[in-house]
Amino acid sequence: MSIYADHAATTAMSEAAIAAMTQCMREEYGNPSSLYRIGQQAKETLENARQEIAAVINAEPREIYFTSGGSEADNQAIRSAALAGKRKGKNHIISTAFEHHAVLHTLEQLKTEGFEVTLLDVHTNGVVRPEEVEAAIRPETCLVTVMTANNEIGTIQPIREIGEICRARKVPFHTDAVQAVGPLDIDVKAENIDYLSASAHKFHGPKGVGFLYARKGLPLLPLINGGAQEKGKRAGTENLPGIVGMAAALKESVSERDAEAARLTVLRDRLIAGLNEIPHSSLNGDAEKRLPGNVSFCFEGIEGESLLLLLDEKGISASSGSACTSGSLDPSHVLLAIGRVHDVAHGSLRLTLGRENTPEDVDEIIAAVKDVVAYLRSFSPVWRDLQSGKIPHIL
Amino acid sequence: MALYSEKVMDHFLHPRNVGVIEDANAVGEVGNAKCGDIMKMYLKIEDDIIQDVKFETFGCGSAIASSSMATEMIKGKPLSEAMQLTNQAVTEALDGLPAHKLHCSVLAEEAIQSALEDYRKRQEKEVAE
Repeated sequence: MSIYADHAATTAMSEAAIAAMTQCMREEYGNPSSLYRIGQQAKETLENARQEIAAVINAEPREIYFTSGGSEADNQAIRSAALAGKRKGKNHIISTAFEHHAVLHTLEQLKTEGFEVTLLDVHTNGVVRPEEVEAAIRPETCLVTVMTANNEIGTIQPIREIGEICRARKVPFHTDAVQAVGPLDIDVKAENIDYLSASAHKFHGPKGVGFLYARKGLPLLPLINGGAQEKGKRAGTENLPGIVGMAAALKESVSERDAEAARLTVLRDRLIAGLNEIPHSSLNGDAEKRLPGNVSFCFEGIEGESLLLLLDEKGISASSGSACTSGSLDPSHVLLAIGRVHDVAHGSLRLTLGRENTPEDVDEIIAAVKDVVAYLRSFSPVWRDLQSGKIPHIL
Repeated sequence: MALYSEKVMDHFLHPRNVGVIEDANAVGEVGNAKCGDIMKMYLKIEDDIIQDVKFETFGCGSAIASSSMATEMIKGKPLSEAMQLTNQAVTEALDGLPAHKLHCSVLAEEAIQSALEDYRKRQEKEVAE
């Protein structure tokens, strides 16, 4: 048995993307910057991909910049808005406590460069409150950056409301939509988004490629200097096969989006219901305002890494926010941000369903998780103390 | 390359000496749930020999494997030998641990030392009575 349930980490490449890339690598090796025919043909392919991608989020092609992925796009958007702010004497940035590290670490660095950062509370349901965004805006605020959907607990943020507030207050608004582009319908115009980051491998495209949407007229600072590619905003010969693969994968994801979202929501809720039967367990984040495929749980009395490894032994690929899987002593900042205490956050499990998963997979996962949690609890001194009443249950 | 050595995986998937000794005469517990690792060791010591040992662990794969390996290394051994058990010895017996997991072997050493300390205290108390 082999069940891949870690689609928030990455996704299997779509056949359409592989076919498009193979064709591109074989036949379109030209450099889009070259003037002769095969170069110009590659240029045309590049611009077609840009057009297709722009259409998906209701942007204009010239507002799409190809990058090496979501992290680069996050870095570039945030740095660009920060630098533009600094030039106007503005040095305040608003974000949330549970952003991806590509955002948080960039903000940390900006703090050392004189910026002040307000990280908004995401509350126990993992959803930012628009009125708190509004209240945090000051005259010197030069950027609001809030992710569209969280990568660990899958909660979807009120982007449209935040976008409206930011536009009215004339503060640039960036959203890390790495988990959302593909599964969710995004319209940058209707939602007043100024900058948006996306990554191809989250929607069955290739790794190492993504894009940044930057609304026309907004400042964009190159992180990589060199040639005039991407209008001078991102030097380096374009990763044409990757870009072509990304466009093909996105097109396919969008074509099946509504049906797939409905199907995955049913599977997700079935999985949540099954795991809820495990005593002293709890879903992380809002049950409804969440990505169609995301299930994140905490189980008392066990540790997440051993849970993952035992699930792997049963052929199930999942993820955890425990300290032991993060490589630090602290569990995931996301779980701490929604108020999970350390003891509980160590026992977390993230299952993210996607295209290949079936109802049978969900039933297998439920049975396997129940088994493994019961087994680990059978020799956990923490569980013993919880059961004997020596320490109180939290969940 | 796998995350853990085959030895670690073997002890993690098939931990030796798991459980509780109801009439243990030495018990040690170290770590805390906040950090994500707790080990509890139960020893049955007779004539200065560790006749039986069992463990309970809340923790990651390497914490469970380290506990299991450490119990195997002291079972049937005289106290004097058990006292010499080091985390390096546990790590070596497991064919190594990733650098950020070395603290798991330290915890195993400390759990055993804590149980032996408990035994020493119980002995002193018995003598005093």
